[in-house]
Amino acid sequence: MSERILSKRFDLADSHTIGVYEATGGYATARRVLQELTPAQVTDEVKKSNLRGRGGAGFPTGLKWSFIPKDTDRPVYLCVNADESEPGTFKDRHIMEKDPHLLLEGIIISAFAIGCHQAYIYIRGEYIPQIRRLRAAIQEAYGRGCLGRRVFGSGFDLEVAVYTGAGAYICGEETALLESLEGKKGYPRLKPPFPAVVGLYGCPTIINNVETLANVPAILEKGGDWYAAVGAHRSGGTRLFGVSGHVIRPGVYERPMGYSLKQLIFEDAGGILDGRALKAVIPGGSSVPVLRADEIDIALDFESVATAGSMLGSAGVIVMHDGTCMVRALQRLIHFYKDESCGQCSPCREGTGWLLKIINRIIRGDGRPEDVAVMRDVAEGILGNTICPLGDAAAMPVISFVTKFRDEFEHYIRHKRSAVPAPVK
Amino acid sequence: MELSDQLKQTLDALKEQFPNGLSVLMPALHAVQAAHNHIPAELEQPLAAYLAIPAEIVHEVSTFYFMFNNRPVGRHHIYICGNLSCWLRGAETLRDHLADRLGIQPGETTADGRITLSVVECLGMCDHAPVMLLDGEFHPDLTVETVDRILAGLS
Repeated sequence: MSERILSKRFDLADSHTIGVYEATGGYATARRVLQELTPAQVTDEVKKSNLRGRGGAGFPTGLKWSFIPKDTDRPVYLCVNADESEPGTFKDRHIMEKDPHLLLEGIIISAFAIGCHQAYIYIRGEYIPQIRRLRAAIQEAYGRGCLGRRVFGSGFDLEVAVYTGAGAYICGEETALLESLEGKKGYPRLKPPFPAVVGLYGCPTIINNVETLANVPAILEKGGDWYAAVGAHRSGGTRLFGVSGHVIRPGVYERPMGYSLKQLIFEDAGGILDGRALKAVIPGGSSVPVLRADEIDIALDFESVATAGSMLGSAGVIVMHDGTCMVRALQRLIHFYKDESCGQCSPCREGTGWLLKIINRIIRGDGRPEDVAVMRDVAEGILGNTICPLGDAAAMPVISFVTKFRDEFEHYIRHKRSAVPAPVK
Repeated sequence: MELSDQLKQTLDALKEQFPNGLSVLMPALHAVQAAHNHIPAELEQPLAAYLAIPAEIVHEVSTFYFMFNNRPVGRHHIYICGNLSCWLRGAETLRDHLADRLGIQPGETTADGRITLSVVECLGMCDHAPVMLLDGEFHPDLTVETVDRILAGLS
């Protein structure tokens, strides 16, 4: 049985209530941390743990915290990124639904470490039942003295408020999230300055993903060395892997970093639907390069997936069987990035539009012989040329799909129909 | 058109949580939409005045975010996911079925003003694909049959 850090309460009845949370050891760690440790000691423990951001970029969390200026006289903010919108990603939803107090305990300890007294949870507007649940949990926590003035009777004050988005993928990008929290449209900011120095309302700000923060209580309970040892390489701890698409048992599976992708798909998720053969896997949310079936014998940690030419990203694993037309699958993704491009940078705004036009004409049967090369060209023109990573996120699937499944794209153009007989619809 | 007293009370409470009026805008727009079904264009100016922010920012924000309706929508609003994980599990068939049953295209509202159909991007429910969000509740693991049952249950 592998280590369960994040999902250990998921199967308990009423796991979302403070009663169950406290009865199973919840809030004991935060209470002890506030009484016994200094903020610097907390940050050191998190650095030791090799905890890396679970939103997708994988930046070392303790290091990020240490960028907050030491002697600032301005308020410090913690913004919790609960804008989970990367296609194929649904892990944070499980945490907020089934163990919202774990997130709150993580917020308390993390806010203490960075000297923050006001935290905002930015949650996507579509997560309506989860917003309700989060608000109820916050109210319970205030009622028991876990939030508010003098948390757990210590000298530390912390207010937590929920802020609801309204349907914009871009707001999961940390600086767009800040803009949105300030009441503006979600246009990402140029970096530097980085948010740790100039963030929300121009003040020092840390933005951390829900799953990232939910790991913090266990790190402070059992130690950074223990947490690092659970993982592999420089990727500490476990991951909530979300498996979706053509598998028998889609779901969220907590497994240690470095776990086998093959095992995740064929054992945990029950293998491929309808007895069909595996064709392709997107291992870390829709924005990362696709892997062919012969490329999936890899370990799931940041370093190993990068070596295989893709990224661990948000750990949203999308599985496609041999009935999938890769041209139409890519059309879904291009449509998404075109829809969600904020429009600020020309390469992304125009490029995603061109890509959609080209792939739509291929599917219509009007594809031109040069279209595969043109799509590659357009994608390469976006890559690295935008303020935020959405441009790269749109380019990487395109480049990997048309390179690894080039035959299918050329077949579609030449024969005006899919190479896949009776593809899924 | 003016802000109701009830909306003003909600806005006053929101102002306590944030350091400036601009940060109240998004929660305020959610409140306006909850009260009025959509964001009436005639309310942009009064809202801006109440929050002491420029009216063009209200318009900019209310049109940037997908979930803010700039036109009236039906009493029921269906958000059906069309992204990859749902598509792999048959979302396109369901979309066509819904459009067919309702006699409208995605983005439209039935003539009687009952139901709006929107095809949306990933809803974060991929483990229960295909999925839709209807009036604030998720409906998981959809089939043509369950969609029909859900439609039949709507007022």
